Amino acid sequence: MPAMNMIQAINSALDVMLERDPRVLIFGEDVGYFGGVFRATDGLMEKHGAKRCFDTPISEGGIIATAIGMGAYGLRPVAEIQFADYILPAYDQLVSEAARLRYRSGGEFWSPITVRSPYGGGIFGGQTHSASPEALFAHVSGLKTVIPSSPYDAKGLLISAIEDDDPVIFLEPKRIYNGPFDGRQGIPLKPWSTHAASAVPEGHYTVPLGKANVVRPGQGVTVLAYGTMVHVCLAAVDDVGADAEVIDLRSIVPLDIDTVVQSVRKTGRCVIVHEASRFSGFGAELSALVQEECFYHLQAPIERVTGWDTPYPHAFEWDYFPGPQRVSAAIRRCVEARP
Amino acid sequence: MLKNSRLQLHIPRPPARPGETPDFSYVDLQPAGACRRPPTDEAESRMRDLPFGLVRVLDDDGSAVGPWAPELGDEHLKRGLRAMVLTRIFDDRMFKCHRQGKTSFFMKSTGEEALGAAPSMVLGMEDMCFPTYRVVSYLMARDYPLADLVNQIFSNAADPLKGRQLPILYSARRYGFYSLSGNLGSRFGHAVGWAMASAYMEDDKIALAYVGEGTTAEGDFHEALTFASVFHAPVILAITNNQWAISSFQGTAGGQETTFAACSLGYGIPGLRVDGNDFLAVHAATAWAAERARSNLGATLIEFVTYRAAGHSTSDDPTRYRPSDEPRHWPLGDPIARLKNHMIRRGFWSEEEHAALEAECDRQVREAVKAGEEIGTLGKSKPGVEEMFECVYKVPDWRLIRQRQELGV
Ligand SMILES: Cc1ncc(C[n+]2csc(CCOP(=O)(O)OP(=O)(O)O)c2C)c(N)n1
Repeated sequence: MPAMNMIQAINSALDVMLERDPRVLIFGEDVGYFGGVFRATDGLMEKHGAKRCFDTPISEGGIIATAIGMGAYGLRPVAEIQFADYILPAYDQLVSEAARLRYRSGGEFWSPITVRSPYGGGIFGGQTHSASPEALFAHVSGLKTVIPSSPYDAKGLLISAIEDDDPVIFLEPKRIYNGPFDGRQGIPLKPWSTHAASAVPEGHYTVPLGKANVVRPGQGVTVLAYGTMVHVCLAAVDDVGADAEVIDLRSIVPLDIDTVVQSVRKTGRCVIVHEASRFSGFGAELSALVQEECFYHLQAPIERVTGWDTPYPHAFEWDYFPGPQRVSAAIRRCVEARP
Repeated sequence: MLKNSRLQLHIPRPPARPGETPDFSYVDLQPAGACRRPPTDEAESRMRDLPFGLVRVLDDDGSAVGPWAPELGDEHLKRGLRAMVLTRIFDDRMFKCHRQGKTSFFMKSTGEEALGAAPSMVLGMEDMCFPTYRVVSYLMARDYPLADLVNQIFSNAADPLKGRQLPILYSARRYGFYSLSGNLGSRFGHAVGWAMASAYMEDDKIALAYVGEGTTAEGDFHEALTFASVFHAPVILAITNNQWAISSFQGTAGGQETTFAACSLGYGIPGLRVDGNDFLAVHAATAWAAERARSNLGATLIEFVTYRAAGHSTSDDPTRYRPSDEPRHWPLGDPIARLKNHMIRRGFWSEEEHAALEAECDRQVREAVKAGEEIGTLGKSKPGVEEMFECVYKVPDWRLIRQRQELGV
């Protein structure tokens, strides 16, 4: 099985779907001839033709509106938004249109679109190339929001997203495109090829939406994360030497509530980690759910480790980024807390 | 007769990709001096040819010809040339600094230096420019301190924007330069609002906004034009058509269907199409639009036809999507060379003086970079980490105070 990095796995998913289904087409800014600024669509226009993979005008609202129209006709458009920070001009289309088309038309029309977008910080992108907007989508009924943390998952989840009949926001943690960055500074990035999840089948396979992955089983504390933070959490768990169960949520909507609840009922402790800012972040929802479902099993207050409640600051990238140190400290607090 | 034909989806294609011969025959050129210059109070309905013309002043010999030729003094032109030369040298130097790891990001404006420099000299310090990232020449023409630019780019302890913003996304209110953002197009409407505020206050200030031709596709562009039209906002709306938006050619934004200047027609706003590599034409067109704005005649849309001679940014390699020799084929030349030739022709400039100007600008840039390096480059020096929590609100709320304490700064 070939070893792929996350970009290659995404490219492979798109390639497989273009091959299999003539209704699939790909568009976005610079995705055609150039193959995307992160090269996720490299070679697809050449291989499948300009009609299947093309450049759009710089108009995120236009891209999503067009995708919705095409989807309503019966195509399966996969739109790329160059950076998740720039998805906001399309927010109205996603929230008021894609998310509600099925509901308001009594099922006459629906929106089987996939919106791919690189998200998250760690690349010195400053406040306009670093955002983690997942909570903005998780809050909207009718949208699904998926976030892979490895090449294997990226391909399988993306194929599931494209085949899904509802609109899926597919957020790609760009900091781990080339390797499982774990937040540790000053050491060279390991390439994906050193990681088991870089073994990606060439053909079609799916990873179902709404099924979390227990990436590290444990008994002492449950750590909930997704995207880049999965790797940060694994590094933190190693540092602390905790008997932690690390769960990669993979998709935040639909959320695999059963896996989360089972784990926290077992461990009695829960740490929630995301890169997005804290207040009304997705961690707030997770925390509320865990409290509602596991209250009598909890041995310690739920901990949240997140970005601060500020825009993503350029020079203070690593002061903002919730790295392994902050995660370790939270795990320690949570494990050591006594009622 | 309608044939039983099947529909075909049209996907635009640029004239040349790598390995093909550059072809600029699509650029509708007209000789210098050919475009008419109506009085600024002409009715829009009688100027609808202008978006398809091309305002040019400098001819191939470096003479200023035709009705748009502005009467500008020697010193004025020397200042304009200096701003452009300084910009180019600064760009080259900072690009190198990026390659040396001293900053995370940079963008050059090579070939487009006239687009900021000339309007900056037309507008007053009280007017407000709503820039793109490619018009630092606007600040250069106003003697904005190079050190402040360098420190911002290095995100060091002396960064005027306190390390919060990506390099080159400056803000310089005292110089009439509005805060930049990485989000394309989102300030175009602010310029209209600013101009409407000036009219509301019965002031005499006007606004100037820039947008790349690629970004005219954003809704912000069209919304701004609607408001500018409806409220006769005293604003100059400028499109910098440098033919490329990263890897997407100008046809991706509609440039194969009509001119960008012609976007004005649907809004009833006068539109000019201008040689953007001709300092005098840019100056004259901006002055014309400024006069309209100051006379309460409302907005003007200007398309500056130019060429992005360098890569999009430090992250970009343009040879991957356009012929590597394309820049050499650009038919409108280089703005610095063209103004320089004109000044030499007029007899108040020489190759020697030009070389001396370059050396002087180079010295200034080196000094500024050296001073910046002494404070520190990216990662070696930064503002106090507490700055991360400032300016989120005027007064931080409990969350920011607690988080700052948690971080221990
Ligand atoms: C809203 C938004 N969408 C996408 C981007 C990514 N992006 C940055 S520059 C650029 C191309 C802009 O082209 P153009 O407007 O022609 O200006 P130019 O860079 O050519 O001067 C793109 C797509 C962005 N910064 N903001």
